Amino acid sequence: MAVIDSGAKVLNVTKLEYAWKKGDVPVLRIDALGLAKGERVFLRGPSGSGKSTLLAAIAGVVDIPTGSISVAGTDVGQLRGGARDRFRVNHIGLIFQMFNLIPWQSALENVLMPCRFSRRRRERAGADPKLSALRLLDELGLSDPALVSAPAMSLSVGQQQRVAAARALIGAPELILADEPTSALDEGAKASFLDLLKRECESVGSALLFVSHDRSLERGFDRVLEITEVNKAW
Amino acid sequence: MVTSLSLAVGSLWNRRFVAALTVLAIALSVFLVIGVERLRVSAKESFANSASGIDLIVASRGNPVQVLMATVFGVGSTGPGIDWDSYEMVEALPQVAWAVPIAMGDNHRGYPVVGTTPEYFEHFRHSNGRPLAFTSGHSFSEEDGAVIGAEIATRFGYEIGTTVVNAHGAGEVAFDLHDEAPFVVRGILMPTGTAVDRMVFVSLEGFDQLHAEKTKSVDPFAQETSANADPVEDATDSVEADHHDHAHEPDKINAIYVGLADRGAVLSIQRAISEYAAEPLSAVLPAMALIELWSITGAAERAIVLMASAVALAGIVAMVVMLSASLEVRRREFAILRSVGATPLRIFSLIVLEAGLVTVAGLLLGLVLLGALTAILEPVLLSRFGLQVDASASLLREGWLLLAILMAGLAASFVPAIRVYRMTLADGLSFRL
Repeated sequence: MAVIDSGAKVLNVTKLEYAWKKGDVPVLRIDALGLAKGERVFLRGPSGSGKSTLLAAIAGVVDIPTGSISVAGTDVGQLRGGARDRFRVNHIGLIFQMFNLIPWQSALENVLMPCRFSRRRRERAGADPKLSALRLLDELGLSDPALVSAPAMSLSVGQQQRVAAARALIGAPELILADEPTSALDEGAKASFLDLLKRECESVGSALLFVSHDRSLERGFDRVLEITEVNKAW
Repeated sequence: MVTSLSLAVGSLWNRRFVAALTVLAIALSVFLVIGVERLRVSAKESFANSASGIDLIVASRGNPVQVLMATVFGVGSTGPGIDWDSYEMVEALPQVAWAVPIAMGDNHRGYPVVGTTPEYFEHFRHSNGRPLAFTSGHSFSEEDGAVIGAEIATRFGYEIGTTVVNAHGAGEVAFDLHDEAPFVVRGILMPTGTAVDRMVFVSLEGFDQLHAEKTKSVDPFAQETSANADPVEDATDSVEADHHDHAHEPDKINAIYVGLADRGAVLSIQRAISEYAAEPLSAVLPAMALIELWSITGAAERAIVLMASAVALAGIVAMVVMLSASLEVRRREFAILRSVGATPLRIFSLIVLEAGLVTVAGLLLGLVLLGALTAILEPVLLSRFGLQVDASASLLREGWLLLAILMAGLAASFVPAIRVYRMTLADGLSFRL
């Protein structure tokens, strides 16, 4: 089990309302949602239920007109432009459905990317972030130097997803947001990847908000939430 | 900065084919702009050097540019010619240090032939005051002696002792050869990078002898001229009645190169010559005539510079097209960079840095190409066109041009960079891709 500090909330969403266009029917209406430090939450729901929009709002990718989203004690909605970008890299690790790696960079370079832009992540990655990246890749099953130095576009889907996970985990951000990260993987690889991800989150002390429509993945999480329980707009 | 540089280099390397084409486009622009500039400066220098030691050129009254072109560059004619008396008058003026007679009108295989005295080789200066020097042989002392410019020697393989036959007129195709009176090459001049390299110098006596013969026996118009009061004969009579200090005194010459003991007296000498009552004369200041020439050729020069600039602009536009076209493909790349902490300003600077790298690479490649081609073509440029392309001649102006191209490249990159700056993270990065 993960060590959860229920007193310290890494994520605190209150009275959030969001519509893609002003005047449209809201796609998100969330009274309260919180994640404690180190907590691993599985958010389940069908496609189009607002799961990804919620993650985009938490990551500060979209502006929130109503309500507040606090990550590590900072209201993300109050941050603008570059400050929001810096905050994101300092405190949040993102794992996308389609990995979103820089295709021409090597696996190692992709993992080290947050450390390039964030001093906080660099410092938290240890004295030598490169060693930390190699360790993460190794623990995620990418120890072959040829794979580590290969351009991301030459890796298999499963390998790319592991690189994306290592990139999110390096420098131990307080919150990992994972949006259907296993949807491109086969059944065997899904379970293996999920185990690795949960173990690494526990190892670095990051809270994990994992969204998926796949109920078979919800085992081993500290909490499982149904989007309909959370999102009143649905 | 290191991060941005490595990202910019990596990104360009990833698009190396398109980037290389853009670098090549800019390199060709630089090649053309700087090449045109060097040729322009070299051509001007070559012209200016061709008359650097001459204070005045005296010829029959006419346009200064026409006089300069005809006497110094062997292009066109000076008009009716001037009497030998006028030469003696000019030579006798108190501030005149030296006066060299010039007779023209013949050509050797298309190259102008100049009848003059050995003093020409003593007083003529080129390329910042350098005197003429001989590769081999010496000035002529014989009536049939000739001295040839470096280009002529190289092109036709002439050596000391070679016999050369001139033709009447200035055209390249000779219909009226002076083969009855050939000249013997006595000296070959070292290259000067001026019109002298493309001239044949013969003794004034030999030149005049040839034309005297023509006038008397060959020229079909001579009879007619004689029937009316013959001005040439009159002039000869007049000269013969005067001094006989010179070894040879021809009837007519085309011009006089004049060197002054005191250059401050140039205007008073010019006025004195202009007011000479015996015949209408012009005393042309070569420097002033060159300025007039530049004003005439200025429009063409500006047109060439404009065309070169247009090509440079095309190179810059090619870069903007490359950067802009890649934006759509790279939206996701920029969004990924932002998702891992790169700020909009960082992305903006990344685009500008990429443009800077492409432009600098283009500048360097352009200069290398130009240097290489100049080195290869230098002998041809010098021998065929008399152009000594010297990169140091316009270093400052070239520096400004290169800086302008660099600045234009950077400024042009602002267009795509601002577009990227305005992109929101959500534009390129969906959580559902």
